[in-house]
Amino acid sequence: MITVEKLKKIKKEQRPLLEKRLREIGNVDIKEDGSIVLNGDYYKKQLRIALKNCEIIDPNNIKEYIAVDGYFALADCLSNMSPKEIIEDIKESGLRGRGGAGFPTGKKWETAYSYDDDQKYMIANADEGDPGAFMDRSILENDPHSVLEGMIIGGYAVGADKGFIYVRAEYPLAVERLQIAIEQAKELGVLGNNILGTGFNFDIELRLGAGAFVCGEGTALIESIEGKRGMPRTKIYRTSHKGLWEKPTIINNVETYANVPVIFQKGVNWYKNIGTEKSPGTKVFALVGKVENAGLVEVPMGTTLREIVFDIGGGTQNGKKFKAVQTGGPSGGCIPADLIDTPVDFESLDEIGSIMGSGGMVVMDEDTCMVDIARYFLDFTVDESCGKCVPCREGTKRLLEMLERFVAGKGEEGDIERLERLSNTVTEASLCSLGKTAATPIVTTLKYFMDEYKAHIYDKKCPAGACQALVEYFITDDCIGCGACAKACPVDCISGEKKELHVIDQDRCIKCGACMEACPPKVSAVIKR
Amino acid sequence: MSDVKLTIDGQKVTVANGTSILEAAKQIGIKIPALCYDPNLEVVAACRLCIVEIEGSNKLQTSCSTRVKEGMVVHTESEKVVETRKDVLQLLLDSHPNDCLTCQKAGDCFLQKYAYEYDLKFREHDGAMRPELLDTSSPYILKDDAKCILCGKCVRTCAQVSERQVLTFAERGYDTYIACDANQTLETSSCVSCNRCVTVCPVGALVDKRQLSKLRSWEGSSRVVNCKRCDYGCEFEIVSKDNKNISVVAKPPTNGRPLCLKGRLNTELEYLNQPEAPYRKIDGRFEETTWSKALSLDGILEKIEKMDSIKGSTGEE
Ligand SMILES: Cc1cc2nc3c(=O)[nH]c(=O)nc-3n(C[C@H](O)[C@H](O)[C@H](O)COP(=O)(O)O)c2cc1C
Ligand code: SF4
Ligand code: SF4
Repeated sequence: MITVEKLKKIKKEQRPLLEKRLREIGNVDIKEDGSIVLNGDYYKKQLRIALKNCEIIDPNNIKEYIAVDGYFALADCLSNMSPKEIIEDIKESGLRGRGGAGFPTGKKWETAYSYDDDQKYMIANADEGDPGAFMDRSILENDPHSVLEGMIIGGYAVGADKGFIYVRAEYPLAVERLQIAIEQAKELGVLGNNILGTGFNFDIELRLGAGAFVCGEGTALIESIEGKRGMPRTKIYRTSHKGLWEKPTIINNVETYANVPVIFQKGVNWYKNIGTEKSPGTKVFALVGKVENAGLVEVPMGTTLREIVFDIGGGTQNGKKFKAVQTGGPSGGCIPADLIDTPVDFESLDEIGSIMGSGGMVVMDEDTCMVDIARYFLDFTVDESCGKCVPCREGTKRLLEMLERFVAGKGEEGDIERLERLSNTVTEASLCSLGKTAATPIVTTLKYFMDEYKAHIYDKKCPAGACQALVEYFITDDCIGCGACAKACPVDCISGEKKELHVIDQDRCIKCGACMEACPPKVSAVIKR
Repeated sequence: MSDVKLTIDGQKVTVANGTSILEAAKQIGIKIPALCYDPNLEVVAACRLCIVEIEGSNKLQTSCSTRVKEGMVVHTESEKVVETRKDVLQLLLDSHPNDCLTCQKAGDCFLQKYAYEYDLKFREHDGAMRPELLDTSSPYILKDDAKCILCGKCVRTCAQVSERQVLTFAERGYDTYIACDANQTLETSSCVSCNRCVTVCPVGALVDKRQLSKLRSWEGSSRVVNCKRCDYGCEFEIVSKDNKNISVVAKPPTNGRPLCLKGRLNTELEYLNQPEAPYRKIDGRFEETTWSKALSLDGILEKIEKMDSIKGSTGEE
């Protein structure tokens, strides 16, 4: 049987081996307090809690996890704390769900704890369906034990002996590593029956999700585990009261669980001092789009967008002008450049109409059309709507159709009002958060980039020059009449005598841009307008 | 169970704890529009028409799934509710074929009723419409997917009889539709033509084919009878016009009643002046059949005759 003494022994044996291995690779700094961080500027400006072991320990070796203090928090909780004390600590830490809504984790656990039932469940939501998001995948692949440890502690706290990890089938490596981690944890005795000799039993099973985005919604996920069609349930009861098979159930996000052991390792006060008062701790972001250094960024809550996008992300690519950043995934909002100093925490993002979501962050530059971006995100939601409720199923489709008309130059007088009204109805009346937040990309772009909508609808112009149907290629007086453009044009719609000004027949032009490419750089007589 | 007092549209009402707002409103004669709600089925809150405003909450709530609370003040027709409800209804109309003139359901259709009540019309547009899928394979049920509003009542009622569970949702989002088993027709699927789904469909997506073109819902008269075939005693409506009984329509199954084809045919034979030929499904094919076969009376009838004639010849009373 494994005991704390044995954990200590493993740590003592394994730690030097780990340090030796890391020194050989040479990608880390080992600090005096024993913490190990990845070196390089990109990481120096971050504070990694959920990602702290990523790319540092070998995820397939439970001993390396123990060498960085893994499972000591669990041992401490099981032997020295009552479930109630654990819940109090989590409440006191201020930990909020990292899966999107920011619901206080301690409060959720307390609800499940308060219902006296012989069967309760813990679920880790590892569905991560946001396009471009890979924070949870990264944790699962690189540090699976931190999620297991968080779940086991939670199970002990609420009185559950069974856990499920609902993971996307598209994450085969994460699945494989979780399987290995579960096996090793069971073998060692930190999972399964009589954990660490305390008499507490907890088992974890994997469930593979078929990849529908909506299955990440808590109640749809439960339906899916129950073997039904993954459609959100109407909330008559909280899942912490009646969830999986009508039993008290805790669903937390992968990153939320990964925070739990650290809170007990380093203490509630240490944790509370990171981040802001109402949003303590850190958050992992997937920084993508037109940014120089794309990747995973973990910073304290309250860090400004500017620090994330410019100081860590290195700003936009190719010196293009920064235009906006979209936070919160497909149902998040577009934040304009003049709000770049907004601190990133649940409250501040909410104030400016966006959301934290699961941590997607897409950087956009001057070449991005905001109407087209709204269309792009709506296209995603329309595909992913489960079809259960009317406003989302029908409404998002009509919203998308309107945006499609705008980018095709077919917007009409009154359309903006119709778009606003329908956005409002879909938000007000949809059943689950997918529908309730589906219009956020529209609402925020209308709020911050109304001019672009007007340009598309009334002037039939795309200011960013991104909407093919609305741009016009035009040859200015700078033309030297070399004929390069006419030769390049695939539909022969450019005419002009040698050494004379050439003209594009707009009716026949297919807007491929070949002429612009062909015009000698010194002349640059072809413009897009 | 303790009672809860609340106010709905200015009227005070006392109901049992655990009652939904929709049911509480019904008790004082306030009918909140709803398309997916049915007291006999699981609550799904999918159509969103039954939204109401609750004082102290800035979000609209569906009254079918929200339970009453002491002191609650509910508005079922506030401006915000009505505006949102109209938009949701309009969304349904925008995908619905403009076919009320010849639709069998006209007069009984809830979409039509609510459109009338809220003064909404079909609008022309060049956006998507539901694909025109018409399943004519069954002699008993006509399934017109273009008219389906995806309330899911048929799926839920079908699933209440464990060995049935024929109807399911297929695809998702705007492409969602109701499928029979794994994309079969009514004929090739395991559908037993009990017509439970027909009785709950709020629109003309599932209709009784034996009623088609016989009469409009507002013509004729009807009375309810109980089936004599088995102890459940399911209810059927005998519809008559010009002093002739012209069709038998299944009533929604309640109190755990299963509803079945045999019972309906039995009732047709018993009450109708000119019953149409019955059909039986054999190996996924409908075949016209005889009444004695349809009602599984083969052999029994002859025996009854024989027994009766023996009795007659011996002169016993
Ligand atoms: C459409 C939709 C998709 C979601 N997808 C995820 C997901 O992939 N992962 C996740 O953790 N939460 C997701 N959520 C949020 C969950 O419903 C739930 O709030 C979360 O898992 C709770 O965990 P937390 O409190 O730790 O954040 C999604 C919500 C919606 C509405
Ligand atoms: S809001 Fe969309 S995803 Fe959610 S239940 Fe309604 S149709 Fe399904
Ligand atoms: S067929 Fe009728 S009952 Fe079934 S989902 Fe469609 S509208 Fe609802």
